[in-house]
Amino acid sequence: MKFTGKVWRYGDNIDTDVIIPARYLNTSNPQELALHCMEDIDKSFVSGVKTGDIMVADNNFGCGSSREHAPVAIKASGITCVIAANFARIFYRNAINIGLPLLEVGEDVAKIKAGDTLSVDLETGEIVNTTTSERIQAQPLPGFIQDIARAGGLINYVKGSAQ
Amino acid sequence: MGMTMTEKILATHAGCAKVEPGQLIRAKVDFLLANDITGPQAIPEFDKIGRPVFDPDKIALIPDHFIPNKDIKSAEQAKVMREFARKHKITHYVEVGRMGIEHVLLPEMGWVLPGEIIIGADSHTCTYGAVGAFATGVGGTDLGASMATGDTWFKVPSTIKVELTGALPEWVSGKDVILTLIGLIGVDGARYQALEFTGPGVANLSMADRFTISNMAIEAGAKNGIFPVDEKTIEYLRARTTKPYKVYTSDSDAIYAREIKIDLSTLQPVVAMPHLPENVKKVSDLPEIRIDQAVIGSCTNGRIDDLEQAAKIIAGRKIHPDVRAIIIPGTQEIYMEAMKRGYIAQFIEAGAVVSTPTCGPCLGGYMGILAAGERCVSTTNRNFRGRMGHVDSEVYLASPAVAAASAIMGRIAEPKEVLA
Repeated sequence: MKFTGKVWRYGDNIDTDVIIPARYLNTSNPQELALHCMEDIDKSFVSGVKTGDIMVADNNFGCGSSREHAPVAIKASGITCVIAANFARIFYRNAINIGLPLLEVGEDVAKIKAGDTLSVDLETGEIVNTTTSERIQAQPLPGFIQDIARAGGLINYVKGSAQ
Repeated sequence: MGMTMTEKILATHAGCAKVEPGQLIRAKVDFLLANDITGPQAIPEFDKIGRPVFDPDKIALIPDHFIPNKDIKSAEQAKVMREFARKHKITHYVEVGRMGIEHVLLPEMGWVLPGEIIIGADSHTCTYGAVGAFATGVGGTDLGASMATGDTWFKVPSTIKVELTGALPEWVSGKDVILTLIGLIGVDGARYQALEFTGPGVANLSMADRFTISNMAIEAGAKNGIFPVDEKTIEYLRARTTKPYKVYTSDSDAIYAREIKIDLSTLQPVVAMPHLPENVKKVSDLPEIRIDQAVIGSCTNGRIDDLEQAAKIIAGRKIHPDVRAIIIPGTQEIYMEAMKRGYIAQFIEAGAVVSTPTCGPCLGGYMGILAAGERCVSTTNRNFRGRMGHVDSEVYLASPAVAAASAIMGRIAEPKEVLA
């Protein structure tokens, strides 16, 4: 799968409470959650995000609560892929499980700025920053996790493995 | 080459003689948990698979986050989980009036045991490492899938060894231990890794201290935070279960990614300043920080030992006129015990409010939401921006003793300032 999109850029330790504050967790409806995604640190996100955009952050993205509402809100807001130096582990699992692609790029994340346009190839992990023409190679997903991603998430994977 | 206790538990459940850090395994799970926030997300995913629950005796569904129902939407979520529990004859569904905060309740009921793998759709599931289990948080989809299959996948974590020596000084508790550690290694200091607490200092920690320490392993990014099983663990379990369990110990030649030494006798009361649990400072080094609210409770510090610490400081004194003190026993059993010991009367006489068990204020749900510019000292586990209410409010994480002393003084204070 290949994506091209504009970058929404965030820093270190973006926690699940700012991705989707708990005051909105009285629903698990993706569209309702998306209306409040990132609002406590970036009021411009919900009104400005366009389908196909890409979220990029530094270290430990998605730390904190296990709420799957966090990747669900990001995905429902139209973001196609999250790129970070690295991710907190529960967020990483949850995103893969619900079919929100993630790429870990380590220190190379510094080569991506807000508003840049990226072209991302999920299969190869190659990211081209079309704004600066720089190329970044993400770590490929482990094979087992690629299988889950290819199935479209964990539930389809489990259903498939039972047959 | 030996294995750590985390590796041994994972290997056994994966049917392997040996596992190594980084290895992807499929492992059987012994116990699963969801709450009123994550259960309603797990249930539709479970339903898509179209199989029965793998074992209705091995799933706990605990309404505790926005419960007793804070609004209509929360009531609807609670109803989804209640009806699921009835339909699938889930043994460990616990209704309002009997329920407690999940991570206080499950060990109290003897439902989580040494050597088990426990996954919960709540990040603080790592609490059960205190009884020598491998316990970790997952999301709703992971939990929904495991309710059908009875297993899940893990990447075997490498382990950080935290060697504890000495004994804690008076008014210093498990909360100060874990905050001090997070201050040392940072909120991603143990990302994807296991934290193993070991050394002669472990014997000097109460079970309540150990639960608090394991509970906040996730705040260092850890997958689990595990303690060895000793006399205190066995004694704790004796009153709570008759089920057999297996005790695992780390081999003397196990490989650790990193070793950290903490001398408990050198620790002092600390707080984590806004807005990250790693912003740890000694209370004695702080300037005057006025507070509007103090919360004592949560899955981190809602046990009877925590209430005892608070009661010793609050009894016979008055909550500062500018402070709202909110005290939340973790379970009904703890509430009753606190009542028998006279703590509840002491809290109310001092001018504090005492609530039924709920996660409420910890995650900004209800029962103590902060307005813009307000400050709270809290025995909870996270002080992220907006965690307890308005995005411009502040949460200072502390032990029950520091929170109680602060509630009396109207500013962040050490217990000795009140007791002097």
